[in-house]
Amino acid sequence: MAFTLKINTTAHKVDVDGDTPLLWVLRDVLGMNGTKFGCGQALCGACTVHLDGQPVRSCQTPVDSVGDSAITTIEAIGRTPQGAALQKAWLELEVVQCGYCQSGQIMSAAALLKDTPQPTDDDIDAAMSGNVCRCGTYQRIRAAIKLAAGV
Amino acid sequence: MDELILKEQFVDETAMSRRAFLQGTGLLLGFALTGASTDSVFAAPASRVVENEVTGTFAPNGFIRINPTGAVTLIMPMAEMGQGVYTSLSMLLAEELEVKLDQIQVQHAPANDALYANQFLHIQTTGASSSVRAFSAPLRQAGAVGRNLLIAAAAERWNVDPATCRAKDGVVFDASGSKHLSYGELAKAAAKLPVPPAANVKLKDPKDFTLIGTRAKRIDSPIKVDGRALYGIDTQLPGMKVAAVAISPVLGGKAKTVDEKAALAVKGVRQVVNIDEAVAVVADHTGAAKKGIEAGAITWDDGPNGKVSSADIVKQLEEESKKPGAIARNDGDAETALAQAAQRLEAIYQVPFLAHAAMEPMNCTVHLQKDRCDIWVGTQAVALTQSLVAELTGLPKDAIKIHNHLIGGGFGRRLEADGTVLAVKIAKHVDGPVKVIWSREEDIQHDMYRPYYFDRLSAGLDAAGKPVAWTHRIAGSSIAARYFPIWFKDGLDFDAVEAAAGPYALPNIHVDYVRVEPAGVRTAFWRGVGPTHNVFVVESFMDELAHAAKQDPVAYRKELLGHNPRALAVLSLAAEKAGWGSPLPARQGRGISVQFAFGSYLSAVAEVEVAADGSVKVKRIVCAVDCGMYINPDTIEAQIQGGTLFGLTAALHGSITFKDGRVEQSNFDSYLPMRIDEVPMVETHLIKSAEAPGGVGEAPTAIVSAAVTNAIFAATGKRLRTLPVDTDSLKSSS
Repeated sequence: MAFTLKINTTAHKVDVDGDTPLLWVLRDVLGMNGTKFGCGQALCGACTVHLDGQPVRSCQTPVDSVGDSAITTIEAIGRTPQGAALQKAWLELEVVQCGYCQSGQIMSAAALLKDTPQPTDDDIDAAMSGNVCRCGTYQRIRAAIKLAAGV
Repeated sequence: MDELILKEQFVDETAMSRRAFLQGTGLLLGFALTGASTDSVFAAPASRVVENEVTGTFAPNGFIRINPTGAVTLIMPMAEMGQGVYTSLSMLLAEELEVKLDQIQVQHAPANDALYANQFLHIQTTGASSSVRAFSAPLRQAGAVGRNLLIAAAAERWNVDPATCRAKDGVVFDASGSKHLSYGELAKAAAKLPVPPAANVKLKDPKDFTLIGTRAKRIDSPIKVDGRALYGIDTQLPGMKVAAVAISPVLGGKAKTVDEKAALAVKGVRQVVNIDEAVAVVADHTGAAKKGIEAGAITWDDGPNGKVSSADIVKQLEEESKKPGAIARNDGDAETALAQAAQRLEAIYQVPFLAHAAMEPMNCTVHLQKDRCDIWVGTQAVALTQSLVAELTGLPKDAIKIHNHLIGGGFGRRLEADGTVLAVKIAKHVDGPVKVIWSREEDIQHDMYRPYYFDRLSAGLDAAGKPVAWTHRIAGSSIAARYFPIWFKDGLDFDAVEAAAGPYALPNIHVDYVRVEPAGVRTAFWRGVGPTHNVFVVESFMDELAHAAKQDPVAYRKELLGHNPRALAVLSLAAEKAGWGSPLPARQGRGISVQFAFGSYLSAVAEVEVAADGSVKVKRIVCAVDCGMYINPDTIEAQIQGGTLFGLTAALHGSITFKDGRVEQSNFDSYLPMRIDEVPMVETHLIKSAEAPGGVGEAPTAIVSAAVTNAIFAATGKRLRTLPVDTDSLKSSS
């Protein structure tokens, strides 16, 4: 089936089965590699993108469920104020190690700051506990979210 | 310099029509952007493209390339998997070469043992926390050679004594400072000068360091916060297909039936490849390939390992561990001292199989052609991968091109080339390039696991409670015997016994090792390797001794470390910073551990709270570190934070078990990672030291388990001798 997806404000046409996860459309069909595959079961958050500003796990988002929603990926999150502030904080505090999960971490954090500009530790726990980091950068992720939020 | 090797590397890039893209930070991403993606939002703008194949490039050794346009490229001999090695190794080179970190780009080294072997491991392999230890001297020397030649070229141009010139930030200045030439301007002339032996070149005095020892920014951070970083799994090639795999759930099993027709009926599926040990579905994209695997409804013939179970493996280890093993250490006469001791203790400790579960699932892209085979993968073992692919394809080694990548978590998993071997076997049946991607379930269920170890210990105390005898028998499979035969001699596995008996002065010690290889399980190195198991066992048992002697665990250890000032210093510092001895509420406790491993001294104090339902909250971890001369203290702190959590995750949650030959865990809901709402703060206290550099990537993974279980003992009186922590056993009886 043919679908027109609005990704980072650009329209992309793809022809895949409707139940194809958005993750593979982004990565394999459109060659947008920033969104990562981690578990395929919405258990790790590496594939997080925004649909109309809300964080979703693209590995469990069938392409036919997207409709007209605006898709934002890590490649464009820096164009939002939250995304830019988070990327800057991430660099300032040297959050990344292997970096593989960090696209998803930043996407979840950007959604958090959009809804909750001044998050508490509990807010951070709630918004970020779906994102796994095996390198163990959590301590710096927490600090960077607070730095970006100015709390 | 080896002209041929350099040329080969450049020809390779040209032949593949690839350009190296200099991304924002200066990290050269090598190979991966091709085809459609070059005009995508995350490719480098055209103006920043750096041509690598330029004549007149100054290449005095395997590590430095300066071309006449001024581009400085540093070739990274070791793999970047998060440990920050691209930054630390660049700092070592840049310090002596006299360039700034923002003036360089880095490139993954091709397979070339002659140029890039890790002198610690004698092969081009990233492991054993050895990158800085192995490359500290060679990279400083390489940088100094480069600087001297560039200065010599300038001095010749100006007709002055090179000793009167100096270099700074990629520019050579004469004595007055009025004349200057950039490295790019000097590259052609410097390339013609004879290269002096690296060992003869004078290195900078550490007091003049401007980079080494500083919190320099990681060179790979900017591309890791906006999706530009390229891992093996991100490989895109013209005409490339993607393959999903189903591997026999039992080691040694074979596919019995595959509904190929149903798999091929899935839109986008191109081909089904059945190689018995696995079935691959080749498709236009991973979504179709995975759907094809499901449609294929594969059934398996389990083969000889269909009855393998954890219970039987433990039974086998328990039996074998009753027999004497190969002797690792025999100081004094432990047997006699034990017999004469005022008090004797015995204990059995066990640690489980563990999966690596790196965030980037196993993957490998292969393009097999008549006369060459290209491999795109993130690997810790470039040389081994090349050899195995040569063997498998019958092609000469130099026809196997390994295009290494950033690795989305290694932890030892990418020391193994099984994923590449499987991908090549599949690629033999596929026309054109194919990217083989494992699902998370395949990744966890077909890992090569940290061995299950079964340990028997005994100790004797004198009337004052001081240990006079210590025996420790370790039973488990030998990774070294398979992987590093030089570490396996006369039945003794040096890795399996590393850090046994700890850093202590004990008069009578006997340590032996029994090799046991359970059927149906593949084992491999796992972050922290031998010490991760031994430090848990030794430091837990030492805690038991302190308790039996009715002494404070810190004071007791201090008595045994009088001969070892560095170990004593980290122990004292960790205890002090953690507030050791200050009172805590009921069901809360502190535990300590200390170790010497990977050339570094570490001590950790964990503070825990055990709830009435037995659940354990680790509230705080304080680490003291003496890793000798350090390159980047921020990287060390990051490794201490992350390595500690890696070990803590295993101590609290990690266990791979077998039933009917199959691994019972499959994804992050059954092989649990720690998440942000569960992790403690980790504090790092770094001791400044002029000693030789030690490794820090694995040490913190080894230190943490015993600190936590000792803290649980302090909180509850319950001694845990088996990992992971059994919370059921910690329920409050009140």
